[in-house]
Amino acid sequence: MKSAVILLPGLNRDRDMIAALTKIGGKAPVTVWQTDTEIPDVDLIVIPGGFSYGDYLRCGAIAARMPVMRAVAEKATKGVTVMGVCNGFQILLEAGLLPGALMRNASLKFVCREVKLEVANAGTRFTDRYAQGQLIRCPIAHHDGNYFADEATLARIEGEGQVAFRYAEGTNPNGSLNDIAGIVNGAGNVLGMMPHPENLIEDAHGGSDGRALFEAALGRAA
Amino acid sequence: MIKARVTVTLKNGVLDPQGKAIEGALGTLGFNGVGHVRQGKVFDIELESADRAKAEADLKAMCDKLLANTVIENYTVSIT
Repeated sequence: MKSAVILLPGLNRDRDMIAALTKIGGKAPVTVWQTDTEIPDVDLIVIPGGFSYGDYLRCGAIAARMPVMRAVAEKATKGVTVMGVCNGFQILLEAGLLPGALMRNASLKFVCREVKLEVANAGTRFTDRYAQGQLIRCPIAHHDGNYFADEATLARIEGEGQVAFRYAEGTNPNGSLNDIAGIVNGAGNVLGMMPHPENLIEDAHGGSDGRALFEAALGRAA
Repeated sequence: MIKARVTVTLKNGVLDPQGKAIEGALGTLGFNGVGHVRQGKVFDIELESADRAKAEADLKAMCDKLLANTVIENYTVSIT
């Protein structure tokens, strides 16, 4: 099971992501720099979290225009599994690979804590090792995680089961519409989520609720 | 040389928590009667071209491709 991690200046969760993929996938991912125009043949491509380009202009906006993202888009079109976490989610949205946008948290505060997520669709290739409606623990750490989409888009992604994760009822930490924490694209092979499953994969983290997500995304390719 | 100003604002209906906070702060400072405040961005851009029509087309393309996120933002271009 081969994976790749995209690297951009200002990302800072890449090492956590590489550690998670190595531990769960049994093999270290290849790393691909922002100016690379080709991504090797892998089963899973991950854009980790952080603050690419210092969040200048809009979170993820400049990263989304780097050459490597054209390669990510090509792979996504071919059906390769792609996942973006936190800033990686923002980058996927800015690149147009997922619908909607992420705005400043409604509280205007950076939130860094653990939340409960509800698995809103356990039928995706990322969530099929969870049960529908299962509540899982997951850390969050972001300033711009307030998911927004216009009414028609929101109705479409809800209707098509593209909402993969929601913040558990009554715990929305950032003002996201419909408590949305993570979505997939129409084809179901691209996931973006604000919470950090890579930071809850083993006992040393205090829990391993995030592990099944990687097992699903990686295992799919076996 | 052409000088242009691009203004990017949030679309109606898109929540603007930063604008809301500024609105509150203006009230705290004693500015009464302040209605809604919406925060946006201004870009002053110099273009080497002298062709205004081309400049305008280029600036719109810049907005669509980078300066604005048209999911949530509108933009206007003015050439001075």
